[in-house]
Amino acid sequence: MNLQLEKIADNLFMAERNRKPIAPLTQMYPELSVKDAYMVQLEVMSRKVSEGRKVIGKKVGLTSVAMQKMLGVNEPDYGHLFDDMKVEDNSIVKMNELLSPKVEAEIGFILGEDLKGPNITYLDVMMATEYVVPTLEIIDSRIEDWKIQLVDTVADNGSSAKVVTGSQLTKIEGIDLRTVGMVLYKNGEMVATGAGAAALGHPAHAIAWLANKLSEFDITLKAGELILPGALSAALTVQKGDKISAHFGKLGSVSVIFE
Amino acid sequence: MGKNQSFGHVLKMEVLRMPLTKGIDNKIVDYLYSAEKERREVEKISDQYPDLNLEEAYRIQEKLIQKREEDGCRRIGLKIGLTSKAKQEMMGVHEAIYGYLTDDMLALEWEPINFQEWIHPKAEPEIAFMIGEDLLGTNVTAEDVIRETKYVAPAIEIIDSRYVNFKFTLADVIADNCSSSKFVVGSKWVSPKTLNLEDIGMVMSKNGEIAQTSSGAAVLGHPAESVAWLVNKLGEAGKGIKKGDIILSGAISEAISFAPNDNILVQFDELGSVSFSCKSSN
Repeated sequence: MNLQLEKIADNLFMAERNRKPIAPLTQMYPELSVKDAYMVQLEVMSRKVSEGRKVIGKKVGLTSVAMQKMLGVNEPDYGHLFDDMKVEDNSIVKMNELLSPKVEAEIGFILGEDLKGPNITYLDVMMATEYVVPTLEIIDSRIEDWKIQLVDTVADNGSSAKVVTGSQLTKIEGIDLRTVGMVLYKNGEMVATGAGAAALGHPAHAIAWLANKLSEFDITLKAGELILPGALSAALTVQKGDKISAHFGKLGSVSVIFE
Repeated sequence: MGKNQSFGHVLKMEVLRMPLTKGIDNKIVDYLYSAEKERREVEKISDQYPDLNLEEAYRIQEKLIQKREEDGCRRIGLKIGLTSKAKQEMMGVHEAIYGYLTDDMLALEWEPINFQEWIHPKAEPEIAFMIGEDLLGTNVTAEDVIRETKYVAPAIEIIDSRYVNFKFTLADVIADNCSSSKFVVGSKWVSPKTLNLEDIGMVMSKNGEIAQTSSGAAVLGHPAESVAWLVNKLGEAGKGIKKGDIILSGAISEAISFAPNDNILVQFDELGSVSFSCKSSN
């Protein structure tokens, strides 16, 4: 790891800790590559791990055509989920712990077996899946005003912040994950709808992409990990006092309150 | 084994039996592999080697798959062919055949496939078995198969013989990995334990018009019988099927051909549906 990447990792690490966003990396370091950005993400991760935090899973981002177009990319990105990001279903998240959070509804996968790329297909992901669970991912950017390009969000751990999982775990037997419906409510009012196929055509396909991508860094998706395959609708900006719920039909629901 | 079948094709010359040496094996493998890569139909190998027996044909198939693996592909399962009485009679055999599936053959329902990837493709409706535990043996029954199958799912196999006009002998088609090309799997997966797979109805449509109707029993009486046949056949060579494998159990109806801009939909009772779209060439 070169000194510049270490410094960027340092800045992002401190920005998150102090809740003080930094200027876009793409402005400060225009030559930064996506690969560099992943190296930064891994460096911040290892610092968090050496502080005693535990990796509990991964998230895939930029899985919708709309998001990819917005950032001018044609592949997803990913980030790490840590134990201290977990929020209980129907509980409170304090706005002052975050910068400018947004919420995304996703079908979380809990793996029963390890998955190691390359050559992983979505069939392998389905076979390795123990349960699926309704999930709200709270994303936040340590880059000021969400002025992100791909490199910014990759370095910033896929802009991940918190993760709320529902209480119901469901086996995938008999569930069509492409047509599982999702209705998102803000303060009791319906604000978005989506279905599983919004995540790269099939949420398990997004996870296969992740397993293959991670093999470039010699990382395995582990049994027991929670994997988020991507949002089923556009990210929703939230404010203090908002209650957000997502209903996933047979899979149950999940909610969170911002105070 | 040994006697070769030749259909609608009379050899004008008596060709002497040539033992297949390793070198010739490799030549045939390259011949078939490049035909697939270059989307080019080729003369069937039995024209050159009329005495090619089935054992030799399976050996060539194995080498063909090893070549795919050397190119970065991974074996993810198997397909079973000639699982209908009609097809077996047509080929003059009493047994099914098998080929391997590699990860690059998996096509996605949500991504139209470019017709240029093929020579003269046909689509077959199938029931896919997702295997939950290693299965090895020579006395494996359909009940064993059902017990070790984690899920079944609707599937479409797209076959694309590398031979001119889809005409071949049994040895030819085995060497050509049983015409395997692509396959698509539906997204609802169910346990087979509470289903009567033989009674499950299937409707295949092309562009909204019914093309074929049938039910599971068309596959050797029961699709799980077909998978049991496969395990026992592999068992004779000390091989088996593995946890995580996908097995395409055999065509439930005759294959149908399709063209650019066609959409093929296969609907099953209980299992849901699977479809794919074919893009025009450019």
